[in-house]
Amino acid sequence: MEVIERYARNLQGSYEPLRRARVAICGCGGLGSNIATALARIGVGYLKLIDFDAVEPSNLNRQNFFESHLGQDKPLALQEMLHNVNSEVQVEVEVVKIVQENAPALLQDVDIICEAFDNPKSKAVLANICRTDPVLSSKPYVGGSGMAGVLSGNTIRTRRLAKNFYICGDLEFSGADAGGLMAPRVLICAGHQANMITRLILGKDEVDDE
Amino acid sequence: MQNVVVNGKDVPGLSGKTVLTGLNELGFDPETVVVEMNGEIVSVSDFDQIIVPEGAVLEVLRFVGGG
Repeated sequence: MEVIERYARNLQGSYEPLRRARVAICGCGGLGSNIATALARIGVGYLKLIDFDAVEPSNLNRQNFFESHLGQDKPLALQEMLHNVNSEVQVEVEVVKIVQENAPALLQDVDIICEAFDNPKSKAVLANICRTDPVLSSKPYVGGSGMAGVLSGNTIRTRRLAKNFYICGDLEFSGADAGGLMAPRVLICAGHQANMITRLILGKDEVDDE
Repeated sequence: MQNVVVNGKDVPGLSGKTVLTGLNELGFDPETVVVEMNGEIVSVSDFDQIIVPEGAVLEVLRFVGGG
C-alpha cells in the first residue's frame, strides 16, 4: 500500500512527526487497546505495549480484541490487532506488571507515557513515579480517570493538572460507582487520551485551542 | 491561625499532622492519590513523615477505577 494513500486523510505535515513519535501504552485494556489502535491508524511510528493480563470474556464489551484472542496475553493480542491495522508501525511488547522498580527502565526510551490501567492504585503508582523520577517527569504523561457507566459523555474532559501531566475523564466515577464499564463511554475517554497524545506529537501542549 | 486549603477548600485542624493522617481524616485512600503540597509533589514514601504546615495549599488528585 502506498504511504501517500494510507495517510491521504491525515493532517498535512503530520506524517513525519507521527512516524518519529514513540509512545508507551501502559495497560492494554479498555483504554489502552483503543488508544493504541487510534495511534496506529494515524501512523505513530513506535508503540510499546505493556500489560500482564490475558484477554477474558468480560473484556470484550469494551476492549479492542476478538473472540479469537481469548486467553492470549493482551499485549501480544493487541500487537496482532495493530499489525492488521497498520503493519508499518513498530510495536514492541512487554508482558510485565509495571511497578516502581521497573518503570524507569521500561519507559525511558519513549517520548510520551500513556497510562491506561483499570486499577486506581496502579494509576496512582505510575503517576507518582512519573511525576517524581528525574527522567520520566520530563516526558508528557497522559492518563485516564473516570469513564464508567452511561453517564453523560460531556463530563469527560482533558485537563492539564501540571506541566507534562494530563488526565482525561470525569475524575469522579469508578466502574463500581457507575454500575459497570461500557464501550461507548470508555472510548470517549480513550479518544480524549489519543487526541491529547496526537496534539502533543504535533507540538500542541495546551488542552484547549486559542 | 491560617487554615490548610485542600483542593480549593479551607480545612480546619489539619496543620501539624502528617500528610498520611490528613489523607485518612479527609477520607482519601492514600494508595490512590497524587498529592501536591505548596506546588511540590509529595513522595508516597514520605506521606507518613511530612508534616502539613500552617496555611499549606494541598492538591489531592484521587484516581478512580475503570479502564
